[in-house]
Amino acid sequence: MNILVCIKQVPDTTEIKINPETNTLMREGVPSIVNTFDSYALELGVRLKEEHGGKVTVMSMGPDQAKAALKECLSVGADEAYLLSDRAFGGSDTLATSFILASFAEHLEKEKGKFDLILCGKQAIDGDTGQVGPEMAEHLDIAQVTYATDIKAEGNKTLVKRENDQGYDWIEVLSPAVITVTKSGFEPRYATLKSKIAANKAEIHVLDSQSINIDVEKCGLKGSPTKVKKSYTPKKENNGIIINEETASASVQKLMSLITDKKVI
Amino acid sequence: MSANIKNKNVWVFIETEYGKEKKVGFELLKPGREIADAVNQELVALVFGKDVKDVARKALAYGADKVILVDNPIFERYSTDAVTDTLMDLINKYNPDTILIGATINGRDFGPRVACRLKTGLTADCTSISYNEETGNVKWTRPAFGGNLMADIECPNNRPQMGTVRPGVYKLPLFNEDNKGEIIEEGCNISQNDIRTKIIETIKEVTENINLEEAEIIVSGGRGLGKAENFSYIRDLAKALGGAVGSSRAAVDSGWIPHAHQVGQTGKTVAPKVYIACGISGAIQHLAGMSGSDTIIAINKDKNAPIFEVAHYGIVGDLFEVIPEFIKEIDKYKNS
Ligand SMILES: Cc1cc2nc3c(=O)[nH]c(=O)nc-3n(C[C@H](O)[C@H](O)[C@H](O)COP(=O)(O)OP(=O)(O)OC[C@H]3O[C@@H](n4cnc5c(N)ncnc54)[C@H](O)[C@@H]3O)c2cc1C
Ligand SMILES: Nc1ncnc2c1ncn2[C@@H]1O[C@H](COP(=O)(O)O)[C@@H](O)[C@H]1O
Repeated sequence: MNILVCIKQVPDTTEIKINPETNTLMREGVPSIVNTFDSYALELGVRLKEEHGGKVTVMSMGPDQAKAALKECLSVGADEAYLLSDRAFGGSDTLATSFILASFAEHLEKEKGKFDLILCGKQAIDGDTGQVGPEMAEHLDIAQVTYATDIKAEGNKTLVKRENDQGYDWIEVLSPAVITVTKSGFEPRYATLKSKIAANKAEIHVLDSQSINIDVEKCGLKGSPTKVKKSYTPKKENNGIIINEETASASVQKLMSLITDKKVI
Repeated sequence: MSANIKNKNVWVFIETEYGKEKKVGFELLKPGREIADAVNQELVALVFGKDVKDVARKALAYGADKVILVDNPIFERYSTDAVTDTLMDLINKYNPDTILIGATINGRDFGPRVACRLKTGLTADCTSISYNEETGNVKWTRPAFGGNLMADIECPNNRPQMGTVRPGVYKLPLFNEDNKGEIIEEGCNISQNDIRTKIIETIKEVTENINLEEAEIIVSGGRGLGKAENFSYIRDLAKALGGAVGSSRAAVDSGWIPHAHQVGQTGKTVAPKVYIACGISGAIQHLAGMSGSDTIIAINKDKNAPIFEVAHYGIVGDLFEVIPEFIKEIDKYKNS
């Protein structure tokens, strides 16, 4: 199988703190990581490769430092890594990002042949939109399955386990397809010392807008229909009532009188 | 001034499955009404499904001026292609100005697909929407960075403007059977052969009958329960209150309860009237799924647990002592 995995480098949002004075995000010193869901996508891709043969290529769009994220992917099973980096891409919303990534994928296909599957994370933990995968599928005019937790290949069939409100569906999807992956039972593997050293030595192929011959009018701020008018940190109302009586029964009685007064129940 | 004079009316997509609506569709008729009134346009509900004429009538009762109904067996279960292609045909025919979609698993699947085909903007997973008088655009408000940051987003130059909106952030509008309006029946041009996906097996995991997203009261348990059997504490409290059972990811990962019950970034987003978190620390990924609840009650033995920062009422204590007392008091209250 010829598999492409889209990797975004993101700040670890669990480490982000708010500056209490300016009420802004403090990004300094926040470690950059491979987007959590992309790691799950990569793990599923590598498992498919191990079972059926083929290749896993990873690609990312972002600044030069995203090479570190791609190296990490090489150390846990990806075969080759490509970074697309260009100032013209800054400020892209999901429509522009997905256009760039779709063009990037098409460019890579000239060299590597058609991808059977393009895997993305369910969403990036910084932007939290989850729209890039489906929009890429639309740009490429191929099928999509979102919220996947498992992928199986049987003969020429691709089967995807997708979450639904009540549990799961197994869905047969026509390949090529874009599949966005959420957390699954398959925890991303760890790199070994040996695989880390090899990944460090490996070359990351870096391309720009010219090398993939893309219409920059459709990229960046210009190519983005949505505009961020304002961003701010949410107000934390901290006026909760904490009850800590001597006994559980006393605490519960206090809670009951409060919530029945307020007609909570 | 709107970006394109040709585009008119506010559409709300009412998602159905097995012929039954998802509540969020009706919820969105509320902000939809406000936007439509602000620009003096009509509020139109879109109902796709199998045997869903009653859903169309309900949409009128919840305040839609009109309903566009596509009643076809192809929509019994969800598929990206059937919904996208049919919605595109209707958008091209009627040129709506604004489209609101519930940020459900399926809404977040076809929403971007449609927006991309239209080359328009889609704002994901909004927690609030309003009409901006100054710009003539809808202002979409959404969290990012796991809830650490909020952003106001507009789509000034493209129509329709689109957004997915979280379930539970808007309460249902008033239901009035006397509200009448036109139901426009439309066909759909897609056949099974055009659909690139096929559901071959469905696994139902939710054991209780109440759907988490629709529940008014949710009682959730976390790692603090210690073992699977102790979920009986959660079930008993949920039963006493007539609520549904939720969980943290730690409880799911431990195999104590199926994933379909999980609340949070990789589970369900819920906003019930009352959310009771028992033995849950309140990690940011859990808060992402429940912090919009009207009233949050936390029971945790660690007084420094982050859950207390979002709780409206918190009991510092051992859940194995607190919950039985709580049930006793509720029963007393119900009988008084
Ligand atoms: C990408 C990603 C996605 C994630 N998605 C989700 C998600 O969707 N939902 C989610 O919930 N988590 C999610 N998580 C995990 C999250 O970070 C936390 O690990 C998880 O929420 C912790 O669950 P918990 O609160 O049950 O367990 P813990 O953090 O272990 O907390 C247990 C709590 O129980 C209390 N306790 C123990 N015993 C008792 C007792 N007898 N009485 C009262 N209190 C007691 C303890 O004081 C503690 O606060 C995600 C993580 C990642 C990285
Ligand atoms: N700049 C990027 N480079 C590579 N992949 C990306 C990029 N942005 C988004 N993706 C992919 O799209 C998924 C969804 O991102 P988003 O729609 O931004 O939440 C991510 O999990 C990645 O797999």
